[in-house]
This record gives sequence, C-alpha cells and structure tokens, in this order.
Amino acid sequence: MTKADIVEMIYERVGFSKKESAELVETVFEVIKEALVEGEKVKFSGFGNFIVREKNARKGRNPQTGEEIQLAARRVLTFKPSLVLKNLLNDDMPAE
Amino acid sequence: MTKSDLIERVAARVPHISKKDTELVVNTIFEGMTEALKGSKRIEIRGFGSFQVKIREAREGRNPKTGEEVQIPAKRTPFFKVGKELKERIDSERRASPPTAGAAAEGGTASDAG
Repeated sequence: MTKADIVEMIYERVGFSKKESAELVETVFEVIKEALVEGEKVKFSGFGNFIVREKNARKGRNPQTGEEIQLAARRVLTFKPSLVLKNLLNDDMPAE
Repeated sequence: MTKSDLIERVAARVPHISKKDTELVVNTIFEGMTEALKGSKRIEIRGFGSFQVKIREAREGRNPKTGEEVQIPAKRTPFFKVGKELKERIDSERRASPPTAGAAAEGGTASDAG
C-alpha cells in the first residue's frame, strides 16, 4: 500500500475528488511529520504511538573492519504498536 | 498529539473542508492502514516511512513468578521503519538546538542547519 492507494481509498470511500483526496492525505502526513520533528509524542489509539527518543553518544565498531568508532548523540523515531493492533494481526492465532 | 489533535490541525489547514469530513478522512486512513497490516501487506508512505508485518517465531519462555516453563506461540508483529527524509529532519532538529557533548565529538563537518 502506497500513498496513492490511500488517496484512491479516500476517493472511493469518502467521495472527495482525487485532487482533494490527495491534498488531504498529504496534509495528514505533513501534520504528523511536523509534530514529530518538533519532538512531540504522537499517539493514535488503536494503532500505536510514535515517540522521538534521544540517544546518547556511544562507542561503536565498524562490523567490517573491527575499527572502533564514536557514534554521535542522535534523535531517533520509534513506533510502539498498540495492543489492539497487535491483537488484530493475531486474531486467527491461538490466544495466550 | 492524539488523533483528535491531528484532526483539529488538519482541519485548520483545509478551511474549505468541514471538520466532520476531515475526521472521516483521518479515520479512513487509519482503517485502511490497519486493514493492510491485517492482510500482512507492506505500507510505504514516501517521506514518512514504511510498515511491515514480521513473524516472531514461537519460543520457550518462563513465567517470571512461578519459574514454570511456558511455550510462547509464533505471532505477527508490526514494524515501522522511518523514511530517510523524516529521519534526517528529526535528527537535524537536535543539531539545531544547543550543542551537546556528542555533537562536539562528531568532528568538523558543519551540517546544513535545517
């Protein structure tokens, strides 16, 4: 599924024109991205949470050469799927 | 930001579309993405990231309270991989804020402040 498929789905299910559907889908993802870039937590109940985490600088190793390297502090985005979503993906599997 | 905050913010940018319709669109997007993942389909949102369902193999675990051995069945888990563009935008925001010890250790190359 790509952004184009999502636009198509909005066009079919909600009934906006293709142009409006594309504008809306684009805006939705742009708003989410801006919040994350600002370091805001984004929580979608029933789907999952996107959280920006600060990683400290640490020593790493180039796995090919074995050479030790310094990894700078960075800011990364993590996704924690909601329990609802995880369960939904497994509802044909035995519980527990 | 919650889903209702998202709806508010999107609605503010599309004044020609009612808030009710914006809500419908946001809910439909999440429904569609959930359906795709349920069908084990990969989702790729250019500029944002991709979602993929992976299978976690069955394994043996232990009940931490009783010490009893239990069989943990295989299960499907959704994974998200952040897109290159967003990954860089998020990290450059950190560089734009006051430098930390880690940033100093990075060496001379000046990053294009975004």
